[in-house]
Amino acid sequence: MNNWPHFRLEKRLTVPPWLEFLTLAVSLLLALVAIAVLFRVLGVNPIVAYQRIFRGAFGSLYGLTETIVKAIPLMMCGIGLSLAFRARVYNIGAEGQLLVGAICATGLALSRPGWPSWALRPAMFLVGFIGGALWALIPALLKVRFRVDETLSSLMMVYIASELVNYLVYGPWKGAKEMGFPYTDKFSPSAQLPRLLNTRIHYPTLILALVLAVLAYVLIQRTKWGFEIRVTGENPEAARYAGMNYFKTVLLVMLLSGGMAGLAGVGEVAGIHYRLRYPQGISPGYGFTAIIVTWLARLNPLLVIISALLLGGLLVGGDAIQVALGLPVATIYIFNGVILLFVLGSDLFTHYKIRLEWRRER
Amino acid sequence: MIVEFILLVLKAAIPAGTPLLFGTLGEVTAERSGVLNLGVEGMMIVGAVTAFGVTYTTGNIWLGLAAAALAGSLLALVHAFASITLRVNQVVSGLALTMLGLGVSGLVGKRFIGMPPRTRLAPLALPGLSDLPVIGPLFFRYDPMVYLAIILALVLWFMMYKTRWGITLRSVGESPATADALGVPVFQVRYLAVLFGGLMAGLGGAYLSVVYTTAWIEGMTAGAGWIVIALTIFAMWDPVRAMLGAYLFGGVRVLQYRLQPLGISPNLLNMLPFIFTILVLMLSTGEVIRRRVGAPAALMQPYTREER
Amino acid sequence: MPNPSEPHLAVAMYGIVKRFPGVLANDHISFEVRAGEIHALLGENGAGKTTLMNILYGIYQPDEGVIYVKGKRATIRSPRDAIRLGIGMVHQQYRLVSTHTVAENVVLGLPVSFLFPERAARRWLEEFSQKYGLSVDPNARIWQLSAGEQQRVEIIKALCRGADILILDEPTSMLTPGEIDELLGIIRRMAAEGHTIIFITHKLDEVFAISERVTVLRQGKVVATLETAQTDKTSLARLMVGRDVIFQLEKKPAQPGEVVLRVEALHVLDDRRLPAVRGVSLTVSAGEILGIAGVAGNGQRELVEALVGLRKSQRGRVFLKGQEVTNQPPRTLIEQGVCYIPGERAMGLAPGLSVAENLILKDYCQEPFARGAFLDYAVINAHANRLVDQYSVTTPSPATPVKLLSGGNIQRVILARETCQSPTLLIAAYPTSGLDVGATEYIRQLILQQRDQGTAVLLVSEDLEEILQLSDRIAVMFEGEIMGILPAHQADLGTIGMMMAGAQRIPMSEAA
Repeated sequence: MNNWPHFRLEKRLTVPPWLEFLTLAVSLLLALVAIAVLFRVLGVNPIVAYQRIFRGAFGSLYGLTETIVKAIPLMMCGIGLSLAFRARVYNIGAEGQLLVGAICATGLALSRPGWPSWALRPAMFLVGFIGGALWALIPALLKVRFRVDETLSSLMMVYIASELVNYLVYGPWKGAKEMGFPYTDKFSPSAQLPRLLNTRIHYPTLILALVLAVLAYVLIQRTKWGFEIRVTGENPEAARYAGMNYFKTVLLVMLLSGGMAGLAGVGEVAGIHYRLRYPQGISPGYGFTAIIVTWLARLNPLLVIISALLLGGLLVGGDAIQVALGLPVATIYIFNGVILLFVLGSDLFTHYKIRLEWRRER
Repeated sequence: MIVEFILLVLKAAIPAGTPLLFGTLGEVTAERSGVLNLGVEGMMIVGAVTAFGVTYTTGNIWLGLAAAALAGSLLALVHAFASITLRVNQVVSGLALTMLGLGVSGLVGKRFIGMPPRTRLAPLALPGLSDLPVIGPLFFRYDPMVYLAIILALVLWFMMYKTRWGITLRSVGESPATADALGVPVFQVRYLAVLFGGLMAGLGGAYLSVVYTTAWIEGMTAGAGWIVIALTIFAMWDPVRAMLGAYLFGGVRVLQYRLQPLGISPNLLNMLPFIFTILVLMLSTGEVIRRRVGAPAALMQPYTREER
Repeated sequence: MPNPSEPHLAVAMYGIVKRFPGVLANDHISFEVRAGEIHALLGENGAGKTTLMNILYGIYQPDEGVIYVKGKRATIRSPRDAIRLGIGMVHQQYRLVSTHTVAENVVLGLPVSFLFPERAARRWLEEFSQKYGLSVDPNARIWQLSAGEQQRVEIIKALCRGADILILDEPTSMLTPGEIDELLGIIRRMAAEGHTIIFITHKLDEVFAISERVTVLRQGKVVATLETAQTDKTSLARLMVGRDVIFQLEKKPAQPGEVVLRVEALHVLDDRRLPAVRGVSLTVSAGEILGIAGVAGNGQRELVEALVGLRKSQRGRVFLKGQEVTNQPPRTLIEQGVCYIPGERAMGLAPGLSVAENLILKDYCQEPFARGAFLDYAVINAHANRLVDQYSVTTPSPATPVKLLSGGNIQRVILARETCQSPTLLIAAYPTSGLDVGATEYIRQLILQQRDQGTAVLLVSEDLEEILQLSDRIAVMFEGEIMGILPAHQADLGTIGMMMAGAQRIPMSEAA
C-alpha cells in the first residue's frame, strides 16, 4: 500500500540538465567509437568513412541543403511523436501514417489538377493531415475500446498502408505516361510545392514544421491539454484521480502525431517527387527514424529540429559513402541502430545511479 | 485444372512459409518468456547474408546454416542484454537492432551480390510417402530444411506443453514474480529464450538466401521479419498454429502473383495477414479469450525483483 | 527462559528487532511455537505480525535477534533457506499463474520429471486429498477457481516443498463462510498429522475456532501469549487495541452543521468482482469528523474509491449536500468540492512534475490558473509559493520535481492541494501512514483545522489512536459492513476492538 520506498529511492539524486546533456554527448561519442570498431571489423576504414559522411552531409552546399531536405519529414514526424511519447502512447506506426497522408494528397492532386495553387496546396496538406490522423485513429480506438497495445497495432497498420500504396501505384493510379514504373502521373504544377532557389528544399513544409514545433512546445508546456498529456505520461492513475479523461488524451495525441506524419507524407509527394511512388521511394523509413529523432531530443519538440538535422545529415552521409566508397546505402542504418542503442543505454545510467544508492543505504 | 492449381499453390506455399516458420517459432519462444523481439527482421537478414557468405566461401552449406544461426543469436544477445539486464524499452531496442542488422548485412553482403551459389541443398524424398500417387512427388520431396522446420515445430509444441521446461518458460512470461518466488531463474530463462529466437531467425533468413533463392540480394528478407511478428500473434503463441499460419501466409505470398492475371491485386491480398493479425489482437484482449489464448501477461514488461 | 533447543519447539524467535524508516516494526519480540500446535498471531495491521513472519520466511532480515527452527539455530536469508528448513508461507496475495492449471502451478520450480511433469502433481494432489481433505481439480485453470480453492493450491505448493511448519497470513480474508469452515477443517487435519501451523489474523472468532495458543502483538511488541482456552474475546480485544496515548491534541467540541455526505446502502465490488462494500450507510455533517476504523482490507479502499468516483458502485446511493452523486465521474465530484487524500500516495501525484504543478493537479482547468486554453504560470507559481509557506513544505523551490521530496513533504503537498480551497467534503485515507512524528502531528492538526472551518471530514485510518483523537463519531468497518457507529465520547477500546475483529455489532440508531 505504501509507495514510500519508491520516493526515497529517487530523492537520492538530482539530475541537473547539464548532466543529462553530458551523458547524451558521451553516449553519442561511445556510439561513434563502437561504429568505428564495427567498420574496422567489416573491412571499412572508419576514418575515411566518417570523413566522407561528414563532408557529404555538411561539407558542401549541396550536402547541407540535402540534409535539410531529409530533415523535413523527420522533423514533422518527430514533433508529433514527441507529443505521443510524452503521454507514453507509443505510436510506432508513423511510417504508415506518413504513407496514408501521401496517398490522400496524391488523390486530391490527381483528381483536381486544375485547381489554383493557393487552393490546392493547402488542401493537400489538410487532407494529408486528416488521412494520417484517421490512420492513427484505428490503433487509438483499439487501445481505448479493446485495450490493444498501440505498439503492435500501429505497426501492423504500417504494412497495410504500404500494400495500399503498392496497390495504387501498380493499379488504378498507375501513371499513363510512366511506362510500367510504379509511379503515378506527375502532379500538375499547381500541386507541386515551390522549392528554395535551385535546391530541393520544399520550404512550405519546412516552415510548417518549424511553426508546428513551436506550437507543439507551447502546447505541451503551457496549455491545459499539454498538462493533461504530461500528467498522463507520468502517472495515468493520477490523471484519473485528477479528473482527467485518459481516453481523450490518448486519442488526442494519436490524432496529432498521425496527422503530422501525414503532413510529412504530403511534403514528400508534393515537394520532392511530385508523384506517388512505391513505398520505399517515398519514405526510406522516415517514420521509424523519427523515433530515434524524438528519443534523442528527449521528447522536446524544439530539440527535435536539431536532432532531425543530425539524423538527416546522417542519411545524406549514407548517400555520400555509397558514391565515394561504394558502400551500400543501408550502411547508414548501422549508425541509426547503434546510436539508438547507446542513447537507450545512457538513459538508464541516470536511473541506475539512483538504484545503487538505495541498495547501499540498506 | 482448378485442383491442379490448388495443389501447385499448396506445394509452393510450404517452402515459402518455411523461413517464416523458423522465425515464428523463435519469436513465439521469446515472447512466451515475456520479451518482445522486434529485431527479427534484422536477425533474419543477418542470417541470410552470413549463410550465403559462409557457404560461398567454404562450399559447405551446413556450415553456412550453422554460421547463420550463430549470427542471429549474437544479435539477439544484444537485444537480450538491453531488454533484460538494462530493462530498456523493448520496442525501441528491437527496432534499433533491426536497423543495425539491415545495415551490417548490406555492408557485409556487398561483395556477394550477383555471385552464383557454390552449392545447393538437394531435395530429400521421404521414403514411402514420396511414392504416393499425385501428392507424393508434390509434397514429399522437399529440401531437408522444410522437414526440419516441421519437426522443430512439433518438438517445440511438445516441449512447451508437456515438459518441465515448457511450464517454466510459460510461467516466466505470464508471471515472472511468481516464478521468481519459487526459485526459477527468470533472467536466465529469458536470455535463453531470446537467444533461441535469434538463432531461429538466423536460420529463417539463411533459408531464404541459400535454399529458397540461392542468391544474396540486399534487403532480401523484404519485411519477412515483420510478418513473423504478425504471425506470432496470429498463431496465438502456439508452435503448431504457427506452422499452419506460416504456410497460410506463405501461400498468400505465392498466390499473389498467380492471381494477378485474374485481376486480383496481389497487394490487397498481402494486406490480409496484417488485417487478420489486428483482428486477433482485438479479440484476444478481452478477458475471457485472453485467458485461453492470449498474449503472455508479462509480455514487454521488464522484470525487477521488487526491493523492499 | 525455556531452552530453545528443546525439540518440542518447532520455532523459537528471541529478541527480534526490525526497523523500517520511521517505524519500529518489531520491538524485541520473543515468540515460541510448539511442534504440532496451531498458534494464532493476533493484532491489528501495523502491529508487526506480518513483518515477524516475513522475517521467519526469509523475506526480511532482522536487525537483531536469533531464530531457532526445530531446535537448531537458523540463519534465514531468503525464502529458499526457509523452505529448506521446512517452513512454508501462504501470503494474503496469492502468487499463482492464473492462466495455467493447478498442476502446472504446483510443479513450477520443482525438480520433478522432465517429461509430463504434471503427473507428479496429480500424485501429490491425490495424497493430500486423502490425508488432509485438500482437494482441487489438477486440470482446472487458476482463474476458474474460487479464492478458497486457489488458497488450497498455495497450501499444496508449500506442502510439496516439504513444509511441516506452515505460516498462513490472514488466510480467511478472501473466503466465504463455507470456505472458511473447510479451511479450518483442513488445518485441523494437518495439525493432527504433525504439522505446525502459525495463523496470522485480526479476527477473534477464528482465534477461538482453531487455535490452541494465541500471541497478541501490539505496536511491535508482544503483549501476551495465552492458552486460547484460558481467555475470552473481551480480554483479547482489549489486549489487541489498548495503548497509551502519545499525542494530546487541542480539540474543540464539535459543532456539526447540516449533513454533507449521505451514503445509503452502498454495495461495491472489488477488483476480483467480489463484494467488498456490503450495504454501507453513513452520514457526515459539516464541521464534524467521522472516523472509519478497521483493519485495512475490509472494504475501506473500495468505499472511498466509490465516493470519489474512481470505482463504480453496484447498488445504493450517495448524496452530496442533498444532491445525488452516485457514480458520478471524478471531475464532477471535484467540482462539487470533494477532496481526496489518497491512501496510496502515488495515486495523487505526477512524480516527474514540479511541486507547483502538482499543487494544481486538479484545478488546472479553472480560473485563475488557466485563461482559455493556456495555463498562467505566474499565478500558478504565486499560488505554489503561498502554499509552500503556509503548509511548511520543505522544498528547494516550487519547480523541484515532487518525487525528490521526502515522504512527509510529499504528503504536505497533497494536503495543501486538497485543503487550500475549503472543500465541502474532505476524504482522508491513511493520511499519516509511514510518516514521522513531526509530520504526523502536523497533519492531524490540519485535519482538525479543516473540521473547525466547517468542512465535513471522512477519515479512514488503521491507527486507532488517530481515530480516537480526531473523530467526533467513530464507525468500524469489518468485512464490508459497518459494525456500528458511536459518538467518540462513548467509544471505549474494548468495544471498538471487538467490532474491528468482527465479534460485536451495534445496531444503528437514527442519529448515527
